[in-house]
Amino acid sequence: MDKSRRRFIQGAAGAIAGAVAPMESAKALRRENKQLPPNALGMLYDSTLCIGCRACVTACKDANDVPVEQPAHLRDWNVGVWDSGEDISGKTLNSIRVFTHGTKEHKDHAENGYAFVKRHCLHCVDPSCVSVCPVSAMLKDGDTGIVTHNPDACIGCRYCVYGCPFGVPQFQFDEPFGKIAKCQFCEHLQKQDEIPACCDVCPTGASLFGRVDDLQKEAEQRLAKQPGDRYDFPRGRLGDDRPTHEAAIPEYESHIYGVKEAGGTQIRYLTGIPHEKLGLPKLPDESYAALSEGVQHTLYKGMIAPLALLGGLIYLARRSTKQHEDEE
Amino acid sequence: MAQDTHQPLGGELLTKPFLFLGLLFAIAVYFLVTRFIFGLGSVTHLNGGYPWGIWVVVDVIIGTAFGCGGFAMALLVYIFNKGEYHPLMRPALLGGLFGYTLGGMAVIFDLGRYWNFYNLLLPWYAQPSSVMFEVALCVMAYILVLWIEFSPAFLERFGLTNAKRKLKRFLYIIIALGVLLPTLHQSSLGSLLLVMGSQLSPLWYTVWLPLWFLLTAIAMGYGIVILESTLVTNAFKLSSEQRILRKLSPIVGWLLAAFLVLRFLDLLARGQVAPMFAADMNALMFWIEILMFVIPTVILISPVRRIDQRQMFLAALLLLGAGSLYRINAFLVAYAPGNGWSYFPSAPELMVTIGVIALEIMLYLVFVKKLPVLHGTRPA
Repeated sequence: MDKSRRRFIQGAAGAIAGAVAPMESAKALRRENKQLPPNALGMLYDSTLCIGCRACVTACKDANDVPVEQPAHLRDWNVGVWDSGEDISGKTLNSIRVFTHGTKEHKDHAENGYAFVKRHCLHCVDPSCVSVCPVSAMLKDGDTGIVTHNPDACIGCRYCVYGCPFGVPQFQFDEPFGKIAKCQFCEHLQKQDEIPACCDVCPTGASLFGRVDDLQKEAEQRLAKQPGDRYDFPRGRLGDDRPTHEAAIPEYESHIYGVKEAGGTQIRYLTGIPHEKLGLPKLPDESYAALSEGVQHTLYKGMIAPLALLGGLIYLARRSTKQHEDEE
Repeated sequence: MAQDTHQPLGGELLTKPFLFLGLLFAIAVYFLVTRFIFGLGSVTHLNGGYPWGIWVVVDVIIGTAFGCGGFAMALLVYIFNKGEYHPLMRPALLGGLFGYTLGGMAVIFDLGRYWNFYNLLLPWYAQPSSVMFEVALCVMAYILVLWIEFSPAFLERFGLTNAKRKLKRFLYIIIALGVLLPTLHQSSLGSLLLVMGSQLSPLWYTVWLPLWFLLTAIAMGYGIVILESTLVTNAFKLSSEQRILRKLSPIVGWLLAAFLVLRFLDLLARGQVAPMFAADMNALMFWIEILMFVIPTVILISPVRRIDQRQMFLAALLLLGAGSLYRINAFLVAYAPGNGWSYFPSAPELMVTIGVIALEIMLYLVFVKKLPVLHGTRPA
């Protein structure tokens, strides 16, 4: 091996070592989490107020023009009317799921009880789906923070389905020209100064629409009350003059889910039982997009590293090809 | 070596094995037509929890790793200037050509909205932070590079010596790109998983994923070269390339050993000993995978074992199996989407994958019989 070749290879090895040394701690590689947009809009879902009526599911289907879903064993019964999708899917953008345990006697009890939970997009502050999409088909609004999907850009690679830590985006596998289905917070209704359909129809205020910072205060206020205190639960949009729903403050779990999970979301969950039991996964405060993008940017250094490597490779390949020709 | 030039093998093309492979491919075509008429769900078991199945993991991710022969050999021949391995270069490139071209083809039928595929090339849709974007562009560029790298075989076949001479003048740039691009995208195939976080088992989820994918892809590249050379020289009774392969073996062996040591150091550093010994599917698959890596490592390093052609063949097979299992484990086994989702490929899904592999072998046979790919002659 001649000197310059050895020098290049040593240099390349050094560069690789330099690039990977910070990998010892994932922290060093991670870029900063993104921040909540200035006028972030969101929802406060209070599981203890939810009565499982699923009016929100039906309203969502009407507002977003998605078909009714029926499990196989009910497919021939009340066709197209009785919606009973068990989770979000390519045809269902939100769903109410139920946790049950033992005798299922008491609402919002982990032991011998039951509790409801709403499933839909959490509109992450630093969304994985936006980070992974190769064609910018997932977009986060810079002002309201609402994560929308553009099917005209989408190539259907389904990386967003795979990568979302909440399992939210769904692909319509049963369609020849399927698309990604996902809650877009009724963006089309908001443009007409209406509120998302699910919050609009919720009879108890379990799904409450509003600005994220206002919703956060509302959630903290509920947690600060004593269980049993009477409370006027707002309905529809927080701050509107809709009649409230008066009820007793329940025994809440002290953790407000959605504030910090995976870098934070624009949805707040108040629950009566631990969130893991409701299928809300335990997640770190850092967004996964921050790590994935951080590593990629460390390795590529804005395409400078690959170009430098290419330069070295061209030099070596040229010498080798010349030498091989001379030998022939 | 009997003769130091590339030659077409000649011989009958439509042999019985060839027709059998054709039948397998025809079955795959039938299911692909079904997929395009009725949707992905009509032939696959893909679902809301498992949006990626074997068409992604086997056809694309493993398929392109199998296609790393050309990359791995170019690294040795042109970057480390080991000219003695040159006879293995062209068949290795051919393997890469098909591994990548068919992997790219598989992407099209796996994409849910394939008619929008060209959006990847439109600057206003570009999303450079996406690992998938980088992989897509890199793989497309590399397919092009492979065809150019391989084109001297066509030019020789059709006697275009002038064109060949012109091509040779800038071929070194293409060769350099042919090393750079797979380095980038094979590591990025591992980076695809960095965003998965707690959805992946800690036995596979690490910030080192890109390096693990790169190292195993290079090792698999050498594995396919050993396998292919052994199969072809035996099947077509060509002068044996065992002497070169024997020299190549320890390089591959030590590469694998380094990978294994680093992998365990990382697991220890992250304090992930308990999951290795848990009584679950992840731990079981982890140890099967490790065992499949260890056996070829031992064979390829041992001076006694690697002389034995059968042991070396076995080592190459196990090495390819281990690299494949590593990818299946990382993308599908280690992945837990929750909510009770599960996935096992459907029979039609498997038949499509088998059909793609059959097509790859058929094309290989056509090329080595009709084009100057292989070195050496049949002893009369």
